[in-house]
Amino acid sequence: MPALAPVAGGAKVSVGAGVQRRARTAYLLLLPGIAWLGLFFVVPLVSLFFTSLQSPTGTPGVYQPGFEAANYLTAISDYWPQFVKSFIYSGIATVLALVIAYPLAYFIAFKAGKWRALLLVLVVAPFFASFLLRTYAWRTILADEGFITSTLNALHLLPEGRILNTPIAVITGLSYNFLPFMILPLYAALERIDPRLIEAAGDLYASPFTGFRKVVWPLSLPGVVAGTLLTFIPASGDYINATLLGSPQDRMVGNAIQINFLQFRDYPVASALSFILMAIIPALVFVYIRRAGTEDLV
Amino acid sequence: MSAPSGDEVQDLRLVNLVKSFGDFTAVDELTLTIPAGSFFALLGPSGCGKTTTLRMVAGLEAPTSGQIMLGSTDITDEKPYRRHVNTVFQSYALFPHLDIFENVAFGLRRRGIKDVAGPVNQMLELVELGPMARRKPAQLSGGQQQRVAVARALINQPGVLLLDEPLGALDLKLRRQMQIELKRIQTEVGTTFVHVTHDQEEAMTMADTVAVMNKGRIEQMGPPVEIYDLPKTAFVANFLGQSNGVVGAVQGRSGDDLIVGGPGGSYNVPAARSTRQEGEILLGVRPEKLSIATGGSTSSVPDRHNRATGKVTDASFTGVSTQYLVMTTWGDEWTVFEQNRSVDLLHPGDEVVIHWAPEHTFGLDVPAGQ
Ligand SMILES: Nc1ncnc2c1ncn2[C@@H]1O[C@H](COP(=O)(O)OP(=O)(O)OP(=O)(O)O)[C@@H](O)[C@H]1O
Ligand SMILES: [Mg+2]
Repeated sequence: MPALAPVAGGAKVSVGAGVQRRARTAYLLLLPGIAWLGLFFVVPLVSLFFTSLQSPTGTPGVYQPGFEAANYLTAISDYWPQFVKSFIYSGIATVLALVIAYPLAYFIAFKAGKWRALLLVLVVAPFFASFLLRTYAWRTILADEGFITSTLNALHLLPEGRILNTPIAVITGLSYNFLPFMILPLYAALERIDPRLIEAAGDLYASPFTGFRKVVWPLSLPGVVAGTLLTFIPASGDYINATLLGSPQDRMVGNAIQINFLQFRDYPVASALSFILMAIIPALVFVYIRRAGTEDLV
Repeated sequence: MSAPSGDEVQDLRLVNLVKSFGDFTAVDELTLTIPAGSFFALLGPSGCGKTTTLRMVAGLEAPTSGQIMLGSTDITDEKPYRRHVNTVFQSYALFPHLDIFENVAFGLRRRGIKDVAGPVNQMLELVELGPMARRKPAQLSGGQQQRVAVARALINQPGVLLLDEPLGALDLKLRRQMQIELKRIQTEVGTTFVHVTHDQEEAMTMADTVAVMNKGRIEQMGPPVEIYDLPKTAFVANFLGQSNGVVGAVQGRSGDDLIVGGPGGSYNVPAARSTRQEGEILLGVRPEKLSIATGGSTSSVPDRHNRATGKVTDASFTGVSTQYLVMTTWGDEWTVFEQNRSVDLLHPGDEVVIHWAPEHTFGLDVPAGQ
């Protein structure tokens, strides 16, 4: 049918043009976002990267462009204990937050009934006060002469006789501050589970605990993964909790970066520390997600 | 855990079972026996307490009072996961994170059975889903999901299988197909099926015994043919199929029949087919039991037949039969099904005599408010 061929071809061209125009509109709509990201994320990142390779000029606080890879070696050799502490503290804080958040999210999702909305507001309520202020409040709560410390001391439960200025205080602060980031994704995942599935598990000879293990827990895994990441990542870069609640021995990477930038004015090492942190976290996240076996869920 | 034996199927007995939600009584003094191995249908309108009854049997809802017995064992207070009872949920409630094989294997694994492959594959064959074993529930059609739900429950060889409107979500054609399928499976495995539905046709085609439930109580129970032929209450007469009715008063007896005076004359009903022997009585007859005679043929109406005169108001031709609406002389509208043996149809406005045999009549208590 040669007579029809040009018509068909013509139609194709016009459809193609329409698609192109629509695609162009989509890109145009993306522009502000891309510009924003470029200006406030990529540019500082590149600048930070160049800073991390600068070499000293002899004058303190003044550096010149260079390729000082040694900055990275310095960062690691001087500050590896802070890295280790960061990941241990935030790891423990994350597990703690998960243990606290899971029953809470479960209760809100399945048992709270009409109180659900109110409880969710209460979960995010701490955000109405400043992060710094809330962490200061914990200094009072955990103070040596405070109720908690004196009670635990009376029971001889504290090896060091105090909580404030110990790793325990830092970890407590971290899990407290990032708890909502754990609760909300967990709640979102649990709330989507049909309660009839729990009944079905019971009907099929699963005790309440087995039913939880075999049905609720696997179905809530996406929330667990999201919640732990949202807690662990910001916690491992945090320095406020370590500063306000810990002793100088409990400093984390965030503190090392802060001190190098603001006190020592050693910008290259501070930048190198930031980059190392930025490299380790995705690596840990990758390993974690692979082990959780839920790449397709995140 | 009482290991489900599967060897012998036992009677399920509900004794004075009551379930109240606050002031509201959802299930009211329910007493019934479901014979082992039977296909039992619980039929009733929406909200009459069917699901609540099933949930109590499954252990998902605690009765307010009463007893549930499986054989000679009282299972009223037994935890759901220990009961030798399985449920096919209305929404199927398949586990979305497990494939079909694991869904079906779930109950076996919970009971510590290691070698599940044999029974699971056999069960998947029974419901004709062998090739689907490794799919996730979301990848199946509604009818296939329904069969997985049946397989997942049946594989445990429960003493009783509870089905809560398992076909409710399917379209008419698939429903019919699944009805036959379920009936075949039940005959094959011999387990007691308690099938909840509000589709009276479904109940009658599938079940050996139908219980009609209303407002938390069983109104009548028996084989479908029996209930259909001789309903014991006005509710049953209207819920299970259609009925025409006329209220009258017992005037006397003639042999085994009661003579009832009503608005259109007097009618005969066998005393054995009436729940009342005196006073006010509601006479009923099914539409397909009625015959219609017109002008010339009225003389051919057998003398012993009950008759009512009226005027055709509507005729709808459905192929096999014609459904007529007839306005009786006292102003009730009756439904008549006539088989299309001749091509001459009646038309609206035609004067007719409706007649039927006394033995097709039933007598009921007049329901309150009629
Ligand atoms: N948890 C509950 N709290 C209060 N009332 C309830 C509860 N569950 C059921 N009911 C009430 O009990 C009555 C019976 O409910 P049930 O679910 O048993 O009805 P059903 O016969 O299964 O109806 P359907 O055919 O619509 O499924 C209804 O009036 C319902 O509103
Ligand atoms: Mg129901």
